[in-house]
Amino acid sequence: MTAEVTTQGLTKHFGEVHAVDDLDLEIADGEFFSMLGPSGSGKTTVLRMVAGFERPTKGRILLGDADVTDLPPYRRDVNTVFQDYAIFPHMDVIRNVEYGLRVKRVDRKERRRRAEEALATVRLEGYGGRKPSQLSGGQRQRVALARALVNRPKVLLLDEPLGALDLKLRREMQLELKQIQRDVGITFVFVTHDQEEALSMSDRVAVFQDGRVEQVATPVQLYEEPASEFVAGFVGTSNRIGAADARRLLGTPGEYAVRPERLRVVPAGASVERGELMLPGRVREVVYLGPTTHAMVELDGGATLTVSRPNAGGAEPPLEVSDRMVAVALHRNSLIALSGGTEETEETA
Amino acid sequence: MTIDRRLKAVLRVFTGLVLVIVYTPLVLVFVNSFNVDRTFTWPPPGYTLDWWDLAIHSSGARDALVTSIEVALLATAIALVLGTLAGLALRRTRFFGRNVVSLLIILPIALPGIVTGIALNNAFRTMLGLELGFFTIVVAHATFCIVTVFNNVQARVQRLGPSLEQASADLGAGPFKTFRLVTFPMLRSALLAGALLAFGLSFDEIVVTTFTAGPDIQTLPIWIFQNLFRPNQAPVVNVVAAVLVLLSAVPIYLAQRLSGDVVNTSAAP
Repeated sequence: MTAEVTTQGLTKHFGEVHAVDDLDLEIADGEFFSMLGPSGSGKTTVLRMVAGFERPTKGRILLGDADVTDLPPYRRDVNTVFQDYAIFPHMDVIRNVEYGLRVKRVDRKERRRRAEEALATVRLEGYGGRKPSQLSGGQRQRVALARALVNRPKVLLLDEPLGALDLKLRREMQLELKQIQRDVGITFVFVTHDQEEALSMSDRVAVFQDGRVEQVATPVQLYEEPASEFVAGFVGTSNRIGAADARRLLGTPGEYAVRPERLRVVPAGASVERGELMLPGRVREVVYLGPTTHAMVELDGGATLTVSRPNAGGAEPPLEVSDRMVAVALHRNSLIALSGGTEETEETA
Repeated sequence: MTIDRRLKAVLRVFTGLVLVIVYTPLVLVFVNSFNVDRTFTWPPPGYTLDWWDLAIHSSGARDALVTSIEVALLATAIALVLGTLAGLALRRTRFFGRNVVSLLIILPIALPGIVTGIALNNAFRTMLGLELGFFTIVVAHATFCIVTVFNNVQARVQRLGPSLEQASADLGAGPFKTFRLVTFPMLRSALLAGALLAFGLSFDEIVVTTFTAGPDIQTLPIWIFQNLFRPNQAPVVNVVAAVLVLLSAVPIYLAQRLSGDVVNTSAAP
């Protein structure tokens, strides 16, 4: 694996705030790499440092083998798709797209050809003569993408580029972005706070919290084997089983998380499969969510588990709130052991 | 919004009244420029084109007009360069005392002209040992002309935000290319509006000019002021004033149209 982008001990302080703290990342050539985290977690600051808009307080940034830490943005072979697109309002679409070639003095014919090509890549053939003000949000987003891609950069940085689009358009663009990335073979570094977006497009995801990376992993690993409680909670939803509950309910030390869709609500006293635990409780709340229904089950002894059930239209009995005893079936293989937990976990583990 | 009919009528009357109060004297200037009587009796006993003829051939008025235009053009040019630089510097960087500097740049337009005049007069003559003349007027006017350009640039830069310039840098343009291809086109209408206001300010300035002009040089406002009470010149002054009314309407009209312009539609491809 050759690293296209490397950060070494990358740190950024804004006054007292440690926006990015001692970050080491290696992003591979041709990878779709996402930086996922809540707002203020430092992901955008990392992107802006790679682009050259912010100077790191400490640390280095390498593109390939070249140290670009001290280079201005216009000397870095990276391009950015901005959150607000930053389309030049005084130029028509084709002039926007060919801007990068124009400042690099590519001759007029060649740059027109490449700009048209880039517009075709983002499915905006024939839009060259339009003014940015005549475009919809989704179209502007594509122009911004074409304007960056036309330069064939080593790395494309995308700063929450789908944030301003409505849900349906966002889903479509997610698929398209992934396809475009595969076609052009450029390394994409994608910043988002939307875990679904990150999971659906990325080869690997780095989960940020408070300026630090909690975990770097493939989407499957991230979901199936979250490295920390934060990741388990931020990527998908999960039930947290604390040390006390674990000892009482599961009979094992340590802290665990378990995904709602791995749990089933069954009648009290149903037969137990191998490796399966039955936790008796009562359904306290039922939430219908379209494809799934969530049931909140209060277990004997106080803990509450969220159980998710697909609405497959089958013959299963409806979930309803009642005082009748039911049980939550939980397979031991579904338990996610949380590392890096509290002191108590370490003592008992 | 719907307005009560009676209220509408009242508003109309007031608007009309204000406009009448403001514009009647100006119309009077026009009428009097054709008044046969040298002391402007009302109603005019008769009309003549003599004064217009006299004014066109008055070398004093003509020289003063040329001086005024030259001063205004130069002061505006200085204001454009310095005002743009200051506007960009104060909105694109952060430094200690930024707000103080901003205040200091804007202050000259609020200072009483008489104070600016005396201060500059002193500084030019005693400290710098300069002869008062054309150059000193230009510098004096530039001090307050900068403000209009600075304010326009600053507001525009603020509204634009940094992302267009960052996008340009990201696409490989160095600072000068970015300024030429992105920043300047986005500022163009703001600069034009600021320049027209600056020109207008300089063109009719009299107080500061009085203190910074030497004895051998006259701008048009000073010429008017000195000739108004000379019986022979008074009718000519009226003609000059009438011309000035027409001339000053042009830049103000243009400035108003330009500053209302939206960025999106302002620049040609």
